[in-house]
Amino acid sequence: MISRRDFLQAGAAAAAFAGGSASLGRLAAQQRLGEAELLRFEPLGNVTLIHLTDLHAQFMPLHFREPSINLGIGEMKGRVPHLTGKDFLAHYGLAPGSAMAHALTSEDFVALARNYGRMGGLDRIARVVEAIRAERGAERCLLLDGGDTWTNSWTSLQTRAQDIVEAMALLKPDAMTGHWEFTLGAARVAELTKSLGFPFLAQNVRESEFDDRVFEPRRSFERGGVRVAVIGQAYPYTGIANPRWMFPDWRFSLKDEDVQKEVDAARAEGAGLVVLLSHNGFDIDRKMASRVRGIDVILTAHTHDALPEPVTVGRTLLIATGSHGKFVSRLDLDIRAGEIRDYRYRLIPVFSDAIRPDPAMAALIAAKRAPFAAELARVLGRTEGLLYRRGNFQGTLDDLFTDAMLAVRDAEIALSPGVRWGASLLPGQDITFEDVTNACALTYPNCYRTTMTGAQIKLVLEDIGDNIFNPDPYAQGGGDMVRVGGLGFTIDPYERQGRRISELTLLRDGRPLDADRAYVVAGWASINEDTQGPPIWDVVSEHLAHRKVVTPRPLGAVRLAGTP
Amino acid sequence: MALHKAVTRRDAFALPAIGAAALMIAPRLAHADAAAVEAEIRKLYADRKPTDGRIKLDVPQIAENGLVVPINIEVESPMTAQDHVKAVHVFADGNPLPGVLSFRFTPESGKAAASVRMRLSQTQNIICIAEMAGGALHSASANVKVTIGGCGG
Repeated sequence: MISRRDFLQAGAAAAAFAGGSASLGRLAAQQRLGEAELLRFEPLGNVTLIHLTDLHAQFMPLHFREPSINLGIGEMKGRVPHLTGKDFLAHYGLAPGSAMAHALTSEDFVALARNYGRMGGLDRIARVVEAIRAERGAERCLLLDGGDTWTNSWTSLQTRAQDIVEAMALLKPDAMTGHWEFTLGAARVAELTKSLGFPFLAQNVRESEFDDRVFEPRRSFERGGVRVAVIGQAYPYTGIANPRWMFPDWRFSLKDEDVQKEVDAARAEGAGLVVLLSHNGFDIDRKMASRVRGIDVILTAHTHDALPEPVTVGRTLLIATGSHGKFVSRLDLDIRAGEIRDYRYRLIPVFSDAIRPDPAMAALIAAKRAPFAAELARVLGRTEGLLYRRGNFQGTLDDLFTDAMLAVRDAEIALSPGVRWGASLLPGQDITFEDVTNACALTYPNCYRTTMTGAQIKLVLEDIGDNIFNPDPYAQGGGDMVRVGGLGFTIDPYERQGRRISELTLLRDGRPLDADRAYVVAGWASINEDTQGPPIWDVVSEHLAHRKVVTPRPLGAVRLAGTP
Repeated sequence: MALHKAVTRRDAFALPAIGAAALMIAPRLAHADAAAVEAEIRKLYADRKPTDGRIKLDVPQIAENGLVVPINIEVESPMTAQDHVKAVHVFADGNPLPGVLSFRFTPESGKAAASVRMRLSQTQNIICIAEMAGGALHSASANVKVTIGGCGG
């Protein structure tokens, strides 16, 4: 039923000229990746859902390398979104070297990035959204924002998200939900969500003392003659993954029966289409779809997966729109008598050289960035190789961060969080202060220095490992494996907690970690209140001031073991 | 990531700014296990075997805060003189002592429901036994994961 033709057109056209070779250059990409081609869509049915998620406050186009390792454990083994590289291309029949192959995988990343240019940019996204609304009629469209929208750029951090909130307002979303938004603190979130002009939906956030709702759980919309119910599901483990002291009175939950109650209530009110605007993460959503009855569409988020087709679980469609503004999802639905009769989907890749910027959004972004322009543009160094973060284990960008902590904080071991955000830098590219902060701008940046015994380090790695590789998605805490510097280890993701991590080695002397010895450890993004130390961007900036040129080294310190 | 949150009971009160370091320094306290829970149940009910069902045990799959884990228990019962819940016992197999608390009910209770917050030092199973007026026993159990946290997203 899904029309693969639509999204493949762009890919096929691009493949025809690229053919795996990167020699034709940007000009060719621009000519062949026309805006009309990227937006082409044969409309269907009566309702259009437009989904945008995990922007991480990125106003500007960027490179973002998708993971080469993204393991699926248990039932998720070998299934999307846990396919990468050639397996991903083969699964979806995408031609190597095509535009979509570049957008969706890490294959031949550097050459293709030079060919196809950057992706995203909120002004380009505005153009895509406007074009869909113009073609389809705004009365049939719902624009839904899956969250992780307001944080993790330098300007959003400095304005406590004022800049991005104002920019998003131009897009006129119909609803949003959230996760990193909460790291702005409860008071700021309450202040911002009151004046959005659209609802911030979260059925699973309650005030801890009396169990009162903090946010509206769902909202009904009339679109194309259909009553559409949108249920908001914030990231259920925000209070575990992020500093709870920033929102001490809010309790987050993951409960099928609570979602079921909202679905049933929406149906009882006559909803013909029930949408879960979710920040659960893909694996949790897939499980939830098998346990909660009556959800037509889950708009997934959090895990940053981008899939060119919906995944179906029973009668539920799961949409995965990626991150960092690389994609906008368009899902046309033919809703009759309270069910989906037909649908057509396209994951629209936002190639920034091909899609024209929306002038109003471009002007607003320029105005919001102007006060910070000098510091953002400050060149700190240059990289000779590709710097990226995303993937289950260490990326080259993480090595830069852990190297900086080891050097500047004079530590034996460094720990850096396995967040899934942070743009990629191409070989030869200058590293600006903006590039650094795009990988670390958060509200709890202090780089601590402490001691931990070998046994404690092992326990921490085991704990985090279980958050990522527990076979039950509902027991996963999200993110990728913690990044380490000065330390090597072997991990068997398929083992159980306590048995995954072995062969811990202090790289400085090549000796096994002593369970009883205290090691000097530096890290950042501690969820503890009153963490002491300089902000991580100062640490990395200082390191780059000495280093000037970064030469990424092979990633060998973390060894993968075990069989699925 | 951000490794740092107290998960052992001792550290809750002696947590330095960088918590993860402290949290595992605490000496490992002896804790109960499944056999200890079973022995405790045998003390109360000898060889009477509980059956599944009737108990709704509502716990988080991952505790937001190991120091205050919300636990809601509701036992399905008409709560009449003939057919009501007499008692509900709660056990934790990772607690130093397996028996955590007991609730007593009468028909006047109206319904057999209770909410408590428990402190859990580590990932463990919560086990509930409900004793009915007619002598039947019911049980339910659930695993609660206690994690250092951090690393999200």
